[in-house]
Amino acid sequence: MVMTIHVDIVSAEEKVFSGLAELVIAPAEEGDVGIAARHAPMLTRLKAGEVRVKVNNSETLPFYVSGGVLEVQPHVVSVLADRAVRAKDIDEAAAVEAKRRAEETLSDRSGKLDYAKAQLELIEAVAQLRTLDRYRKNR
Amino acid sequence: MAVGKEIRVKIASIKNTQKITRAMEKVATSKMRKTQTRMLATRPYSKKIAQIIHHLSHAKPEYTHPFMVERPIKRVGVIVLTSDRGLCGGLNSNLFRMALRQFRSWGKDHVEAQISVIGQKGCSFFHGIGAKIIAQATKLGDSPHLEDIIGVIKVMLDDYRDGNIDELYVAYNEFVNTMTQKPKLLQLLPIKCDELTPELAGHWDYIYEPDAKEVLDDLLVRYVESLVFQGLVENNACEQAARMVAMKSASDNAGKLISELQLIYNKARQAAITQEISEIVGGAAAV
Repeated sequence: MVMTIHVDIVSAEEKVFSGLAELVIAPAEEGDVGIAARHAPMLTRLKAGEVRVKVNNSETLPFYVSGGVLEVQPHVVSVLADRAVRAKDIDEAAAVEAKRRAEETLSDRSGKLDYAKAQLELIEAVAQLRTLDRYRKNR
Repeated sequence: MAVGKEIRVKIASIKNTQKITRAMEKVATSKMRKTQTRMLATRPYSKKIAQIIHHLSHAKPEYTHPFMVERPIKRVGVIVLTSDRGLCGGLNSNLFRMALRQFRSWGKDHVEAQISVIGQKGCSFFHGIGAKIIAQATKLGDSPHLEDIIGVIKVMLDDYRDGNIDELYVAYNEFVNTMTQKPKLLQLLPIKCDELTPELAGHWDYIYEPDAKEVLDDLLVRYVESLVFQGLVENNACEQAARMVAMKSASDNAGKLISELQLIYNKARQAAITQEISEIVGGAAAV
């Protein structure tokens, strides 16, 4: 009987795999690592590649990850997989974009903002009308 | 016979409104199911990552990450998650009320607040009150992805690293059940370490690859992102549930209005007929 280890592979948006395995092979940043039961605790980053889960001698399941984090505890292996391609410069671009959008709305006094304001005024007006209506009915 | 034309027109227009609210209710119901499944699907990841952070706080890394260090509070950052569309009851306004109350109490302690907004409604509200918005993301749709909000989070994390803010919060609606949604303010940074569990205590540490600093950095960023993403997905489920309830009561109210108006209309019609008959009878009697 081969010792088995519990494997959880999760991505931010869903659970990918959970179960027992004899061996897990993952693309760690400094070369592939193979993890069997009672491995020492380890924390490492993953690069894009294939995580292979050997369930038994005849069955090996492949999972593609585009990066992520691998945690090893003596009896549990956790793979936090990224769905998206992540890179420093892409993150940076996203941050700049988010900032730009905020500034744009701030400077854009004409378009959408006015629409939202008009909507607010409309809601107020409707509420006033309704109160008037009720007042008339009660009289 | 031209009796009560206005009433008839009004009834027709209310009926049209009712059709729309009914359709929106049905759409919200089906979307709510989808968003709820999504909400549940994201839980394993956040649970797992929280677990790793928990383990980490027991290990003794030679490097202490700035995300885990508490500093005196001068400025705080808040990421506010709102919906893109309205017509969902008091969902967004309840959240804004809670946020404003919090801002005021910070203001009393001379703590400045800067915010990042996700969602159209939050953008127009916070611009309206002249709050300091440093990043925003809108139109994420009903199934947002993590990539969509990375930018917004990174702006805040960078500010935290640079010391521009000393605490980071996320504000969103917590999904209690279909009828109840509760505004919630969750502290993201500094990460609070919970109590030690004895079984994990002791002197052990991870093998870090390539080194502790880089791995921790990556992991903690992911942790914050997962919390915000979880909040976003939860807020989405809240939005659909709140919309469903709001639209249901709107349809019911429209129904009540219609029956009231129908009664008035019938009375007017009968009165007109009675009057006409009495006129004819009166005329015949006179002849």
